[in-house]
Amino acid sequence: MIMQTDVVVVGGGVAGIKAACELCQAGSKCVLVERDSVLGGKLRGWHKLFPSFTSSSDVIEELLNELKQSNVECLLGSEVVYISSTLCRLASGTEIQCRAVILATGYNLFDARIKEEYGYGIYDNVITSVDLERMFHTGTISTLSGAAPEKVAILHCVGSRDEKVCQRHCSKVCCITAVKQAIEIKKMLPNSEVFNFYMDMRMFGPGYEELYLTAQKQYNVHFIRGRISEAAQLPKGRLQIKAEDTLTARPLIMSVDMLVLMVGMKAPKQNALFALATGLELQPSGFISSKDLFLEAVLTSVPGIFVAGTVTAPKTIGESISEATMASRAALKFIEG
Amino acid sequence: MAVKNFGFSISRPRTIDMDKNNLRKSNEILRELPELQACIGCGSCTASCSAGLLTQFNFRKMHTLVRRGEYEGVYKELSKCMLCGKCRMVCPRNINTRKVVLLIKRTLGDF
Ligand SMILES: Cc1cc2nc3c(=O)[nH]c(=O)nc-3n(C[C@H](O)[C@H](O)[C@H](O)COP(=O)(O)OP(=O)(O)OC[C@H]3O[C@@H](n4cnc5c(N)ncnc54)[C@H](O)[C@@H]3O)c2cc1C
Ligand code: SF4
Ligand code: SF4
Repeated sequence: MIMQTDVVVVGGGVAGIKAACELCQAGSKCVLVERDSVLGGKLRGWHKLFPSFTSSSDVIEELLNELKQSNVECLLGSEVVYISSTLCRLASGTEIQCRAVILATGYNLFDARIKEEYGYGIYDNVITSVDLERMFHTGTISTLSGAAPEKVAILHCVGSRDEKVCQRHCSKVCCITAVKQAIEIKKMLPNSEVFNFYMDMRMFGPGYEELYLTAQKQYNVHFIRGRISEAAQLPKGRLQIKAEDTLTARPLIMSVDMLVLMVGMKAPKQNALFALATGLELQPSGFISSKDLFLEAVLTSVPGIFVAGTVTAPKTIGESISEATMASRAALKFIEG
Repeated sequence: MAVKNFGFSISRPRTIDMDKNNLRKSNEILRELPELQACIGCGSCTASCSAGLLTQFNFRKMHTLVRRGEYEGVYKELSKCMLCGKCRMVCPRNINTRKVVLLIKRTLGDF
């Protein structure tokens, strides 16, 4: 089958949804293509959002309402396997001819099993930040045996800033997510003790440093500067963790009931395939390069292919959505010549 | 016959064992002065410390150790503080550092 449109938006996460809305509102024809059977991307998995504890579902609902009113044509359950600036091919073989493409295909989560020393998938009570969001959704935090954890360690930078797993970059959102999750644990289990092990605290956004202070002063969250080197399972599913408390320059050991790994953002392998087919430039991290970091962040090295959201680097939801607006404007300008 | 001393000894482990350490006193201190938890370990206090210029005294490290439940020797170390208050003027988290010194000494006593 062959379809025709002005702009194809690839990826129906927050960035893709917003870009499609903007295009249709401006009177252009566009098709939004999403691999999953639902729209929303990663946000489907998050419970409440930093730094304001807004429900993730509120944000998705708002965007989906806008989408409905904009009459966007959506193709769900459709994976894009090939792109050029004038054509997108789906796994089904369908081809969409177009005049511009907005790539909003996002990121992948780092697979925590690769950091074997932490025992994710091996030990009972080692979970990821994503698993914890799922627990928040259900309303209970519990160990595998069903008990509420009394001591929880949260480890920052799992699969980020780590040459051993070919991930040199910082994933940007996990520090603030760790602070948010520590507070949420303390809110649900006030008698628990939470220890965040960090290398640097990267509180880059509005209200983030304030949230960090709140976690410290109001919620009594302990912050220990040092990367956990390994975890070992103790009887009853407890875990022993080892780190250096670098601020006292002493090794530190501790047993906890639960270890939460803050998994980072990884560039999907398909970025390299898209790059190979189109001449798009990639960064060493595997994320797509913008044409210019300052003035043309939503343009790429290929005219007619635009980018929005985390396809170019780890970003927050707000940043991804703002970029989507910019990308749709740039695409419109391009097709209007 | 007296046992000959060959100069060997068993080193004490340097590890901070958070399972063995008793955080009761530490928690007492933090309850009275929650702002101490806001420390970001920047070291401005130590850098500006008059006592630290002339001795091994490291104020940042001392109160960090206390928060880990490592109390031994802290009272003696903190006695090097002359309460000049320069650290309080530089602390970016606005922690009442002089109060920290007095509170820790009062709570821990001479260990
Ligand atoms: C644990 C965790 C918690 C977070 N919490 C927050 C928070 O509280 N606040 C905040 O601001 N940010 C948060 N973030 C960041 C947030 O997830 C991202 O900013 C956001 O998801 C970026 O949206 P996106 O549209 O760029 O990408 P994605 O959400 O990854 O969406 C991309 C979409 O494209 C689709 N797709 C990919 N490839 C194809 C293809 N070939 N064909 C068709 N479709 C395709 C995918 O299925 C997906 O639906 C968090 C991140 C993590 C890891
Ligand atoms: S945001 Fe924080 S936890 Fe995430 S990779 Fe960067 S420094 Fe590490
Ligand atoms: S100056 Fe303040 S924030 Fe910095 S290390 Fe000292 S007490 Fe902590």
